[in-house]
Amino acid sequence: MAEVRFTLNGTSKRVAVPPTRRLSEVLREDCGLTGTKVGCDAGDCGACTVLLDGRAVCACLTPAAQAQGVDVLTVEGESPVLTRLRAAFLAHGAAQCGICTPGMLMAATALLLAEPAPDANQVEEALGGVLCRCTGYAKIIAAVVAAGAGPALAPVVRGGVGVRIERLDGAAKVEGRDLFGADLWPEGALMLKAVRSTHAHAAFTFGDMAGWHAARPGVAAIFTAADIPGRNAFGVIPAFADQPALAEGRARFRGEAVALVAFEPGAEPDLSDFPVNWQPLPALTDPTAAMAATDLLHENRPGNQLTQGFVRCGDADAALATSAHVAEGEVDTALVEHAYIEPEAGAAWMEGEVLVIRACTQAPVMDRDDMAALLALPSERVRIIPSAVGGGFGSKLDLSLQPFLGLVTLKTGRPCRMVYSRSESMASTTKRHPARIRARIGCDGDGRITAMEFDGIFNTGAYSSWGPTVANRVPVHATGPYRTPHVRARARAIHTHGPVAGAFRGFGVPQAAVMQETLYDRLADQAGIDRLEFRLLNAYRDGDRTATGQVLDAVGIRDCLMALHPHWRRALSDARAAGGSLLRGVGVASCWYGCGNTSLPNPSTIRIGITRDGRLMLHQGATDIGQGSNTVISQIAAEALGLPVGAFTLIGPDTFLTPDAGKTSASRQTYVTGRAALAAGAGLRAAILRLGNWGSDARLTLDGPFIRANGGAIDLSALPADDMGYVLRAEESYDPPTMPLDAEGQGKPYAVYGYGAQLVELAVDPGLGTVRLLKITAAHDVGRAINPMLIEGQIEGGIAQGIGMALMEDYIPGRTDNLHDYLIPTTGDVPPIESLIIEVPHPEGPYGAKGLGEHVLIPTAPAILNAIRHATGVTLSRLPVLPHRLLAALKSDTR
Amino acid sequence: MAEAGAYERPGGLTSALALLTARPWRMLAGGTDLYPMTGARALVGDILDLTGLEELRGITLSREGLRIGACVRWAEIAGASLPPALAALQQAAREVGGRQIQNAGTIGGNLCNASPAADGVPPLLALGAEVQLASADAARRMALADFVTGPRQTALRPGEMLAAVVIPRAGLMGRSRFVKLGARKYLVISIASVAVRLVEREGRVADLAVAVGACSAVARRIAAVESALRDAPLAEAAARVRDQDVAAALAPLDDIRATAVYRAGAAAELIRRAVADLAVAKPAGDSDG
Repeated sequence: MAEVRFTLNGTSKRVAVPPTRRLSEVLREDCGLTGTKVGCDAGDCGACTVLLDGRAVCACLTPAAQAQGVDVLTVEGESPVLTRLRAAFLAHGAAQCGICTPGMLMAATALLLAEPAPDANQVEEALGGVLCRCTGYAKIIAAVVAAGAGPALAPVVRGGVGVRIERLDGAAKVEGRDLFGADLWPEGALMLKAVRSTHAHAAFTFGDMAGWHAARPGVAAIFTAADIPGRNAFGVIPAFADQPALAEGRARFRGEAVALVAFEPGAEPDLSDFPVNWQPLPALTDPTAAMAATDLLHENRPGNQLTQGFVRCGDADAALATSAHVAEGEVDTALVEHAYIEPEAGAAWMEGEVLVIRACTQAPVMDRDDMAALLALPSERVRIIPSAVGGGFGSKLDLSLQPFLGLVTLKTGRPCRMVYSRSESMASTTKRHPARIRARIGCDGDGRITAMEFDGIFNTGAYSSWGPTVANRVPVHATGPYRTPHVRARARAIHTHGPVAGAFRGFGVPQAAVMQETLYDRLADQAGIDRLEFRLLNAYRDGDRTATGQVLDAVGIRDCLMALHPHWRRALSDARAAGGSLLRGVGVASCWYGCGNTSLPNPSTIRIGITRDGRLMLHQGATDIGQGSNTVISQIAAEALGLPVGAFTLIGPDTFLTPDAGKTSASRQTYVTGRAALAAGAGLRAAILRLGNWGSDARLTLDGPFIRANGGAIDLSALPADDMGYVLRAEESYDPPTMPLDAEGQGKPYAVYGYGAQLVELAVDPGLGTVRLLKITAAHDVGRAINPMLIEGQIEGGIAQGIGMALMEDYIPGRTDNLHDYLIPTTGDVPPIESLIIEVPHPEGPYGAKGLGEHVLIPTAPAILNAIRHATGVTLSRLPVLPHRLLAALKSDTR
Repeated sequence: MAEAGAYERPGGLTSALALLTARPWRMLAGGTDLYPMTGARALVGDILDLTGLEELRGITLSREGLRIGACVRWAEIAGASLPPALAALQQAAREVGGRQIQNAGTIGGNLCNASPAADGVPPLLALGAEVQLASADAARRMALADFVTGPRQTALRPGEMLAAVVIPRAGLMGRSRFVKLGARKYLVISIASVAVRLVEREGRVADLAVAVGACSAVARRIAAVESALRDAPLAEAAARVRDQDVAAALAPLDDIRATAVYRAGAAAELIRRAVADLAVAKPAGDSDG
């Protein structure tokens, strides 16, 4: 132990700690300041950036002893620069999930101290060491420029539908007060570590665990599958639940947990000699091989096939045989890691008979039900409180460490906590499915699409997770938003001994779009039609019938493509005019995406209540993982109710306090939960109007215990309160009207689709095979923009993920389990993005709104590939387009 | 928790060397390589923290050459006023990790960590840098090319520490460029990195130093390219960089970042670009000695 004295945010501090303890640990654990976030413990993400005597450093790489005598500033500190930055971050919408925000703010503070009026390039460089997975960086850079000498945006904090109000939960994020999974734990909580397989496939037995335990006095308990009281098989789709919380005798992927060690704080054991005997077994890693193999990952799934999705209309073979032009191709996409900056974390404790699990999640009610089954508890004895979520993108829909937290607390009666390391997070949680897709698309002599044949093999890894959803969603979306009279589309989810592939922004549709949109470019060329005109010619219109037989309304794809039209002309002309050694290219791609579950119920319920003292409570169970549902749902409810958005107090999400608003996935919260919020707001308004005997146009105000309108008042304090303490209450649900798909994939899988198209301008360096993105213009039909600032943030962030998928992201188990070998875009990798918000209102959507969250990622990668082909003539079939792959293609010239 | 080892942060070189003589220590400077190697909450083993040693700090120019203390941080190098010959080193200093890494990581740590992709090594090789090694018994000096002996291997003996990097007078001549290639812009491990230092005389290449990183176990000078370009007219110099000369001098690997074939070709291309850039760009006040 060493005594370290330093100044912390202006106050002198003295701690006795191991001298090489990471400063991040000292700040969080010893000083209680959890605003400094830990994303990687390796200097790869910058989330833990703090200032030491004004120098920005990673606290995770700083020995406590080097803080001796130093002035340490963290996000919780006060300084004029930090104050300006915080205001600018809020006004610009620069914080989404907020997990990188402290690091960004501190890196920006260091910059502004050295350079009070930086330009965007200086900001980009200064923030290059902090990764963000949500925002695409544009709003962060703009905020820092504004906090310097740029024009400051005035804060907007009031407004209903259509207003760019600041996030309602933003202040806590920019002040380091937002509490993520790792930021809250009960005093004395046991800490947990998992023993994981280092083999893709292995049988195992345990050795002398009692002896190992006895030699380690700090170890409180060891758990294996034998300790799980309930059904040791979880999964997001109950019919397919197959994943053990702790494996039983056989590990099916590298990183699978086999045992759990609970220990006293400060007594972390080294697990490298944990007594487990591994017998490595042959691993099936290629899905094609797995389909032919006799070794089955799950006995009841012949051919290692989890499920198949299928859509057929017309006669694709016959139509292709007679088409004037046919383009055929194949693509291979990589495993893509979600790489949220917050590794999974959480805590558990008992409240009487109730097991409370507070962890990062996108799906609290699903977590509750799966936990109840695992632990053999009635669901009312499990309470799930989602922490602030530092990015999810689909992976935090699945259980990760919740079973461990729940098991230990239930078995020991003691509170516990667990934080995944970066490598553990990457090795053990879900990924985007690698897809191997073949397709043929035909068109007639005028360029009208005639038919498509699509066959995708999706490597779903060891367990089911969202594999069935991906397999079902992909064939429905295989055509893209284009009229295609004859379609045969199949997607199969195949098990391998690889990472569990699950939900990742788009559920397989981004992979499918890479196939279809690159083929459309080739077809357009064959037909001699401009690539954008080709898309306009074939784009769905109202009244068109999709491959599933659904008749569409409120179709926005033509509007999106038309909005891109002037940009397309300008970009093509710029590309032609550009000289120099770089090859300029322009590409376009579209998307459509059904909002909500595919042909399955997914209701949301929203409750609003008013107390006797006039507090307006919004029970908002839609987890906000950064996308903004706290704000958007409030704006919708406020608009419907006719009271200002600031009047709401947000409650939840919390399975004990909020009705089920479903999971945050499938781009469903704005649309589905938004519709419920609209109904609840309208219902409460109707009750108020009845009580006050006011007309429908009454302007309501909430004034202490009075609701006033038209010179009259309702005295809330005089009304009887119900069992929840409310004198007025409305609770409404909404479930999208869909119909099942039959064996031919015919039906109405979604009630609402959103549409979009993106235009990419880039330059290829033919000497090195590198790609430099110059600009991306994105047109997205959102039906009605509830909050345009949040929409831009979604577009910019989705595009950044699409860029990563196209150009750099490739997860290799055991090799890229960190954020320096697994690369995601930095501030310097995202070009300027121009968002064109299109509003074609849908009658089902709240105020016409459609979903957006996933749509934004879908067109990016294919548009990049199309622009590369335009620039070079080269057709690439494998993602990511790493420099060596592009250069090899240029040299072999696949034109 | 890992068993607590000893920790010392001596305030003077003599006491540090005395400690180092007594028993083995892991030497710690900026921590940017040591911490990522462990998942633990603190470093494991006996740690000798060198950041308190004034003798290992500072950049000083003398008749002998330019001395850069081993604990000088990358940000200090990037921000220092240095001769044009060190432009490549300063460019590299701005590309070692992000600002946070540059504010903590040291030049000595970069060399002792001996990563094949260390961005600091090619510019220093192109400067003909030497290293000063200190021990309680004696000081010694050797060429950097001899100091880094393999991946994660150096010539450091027990009881020795790297005290400083010295650029001899001859290395301070000319102007230089550093070019780094990675799959993204910031915070990226190099696929290949190149440093070129060029001394111009009467429109020709009077002297040239070319070094390539991340394409062999240890960054290397490319002597065949250097001799092929010597005396070339500046305008023709880049065209004289031959792919086969570069490839023959390197031993690149296939890995997740690139193929070996790609690396060798990219290295040659980067050398050409650095040479071409140096041929046209002549910063004011560059007298080329």
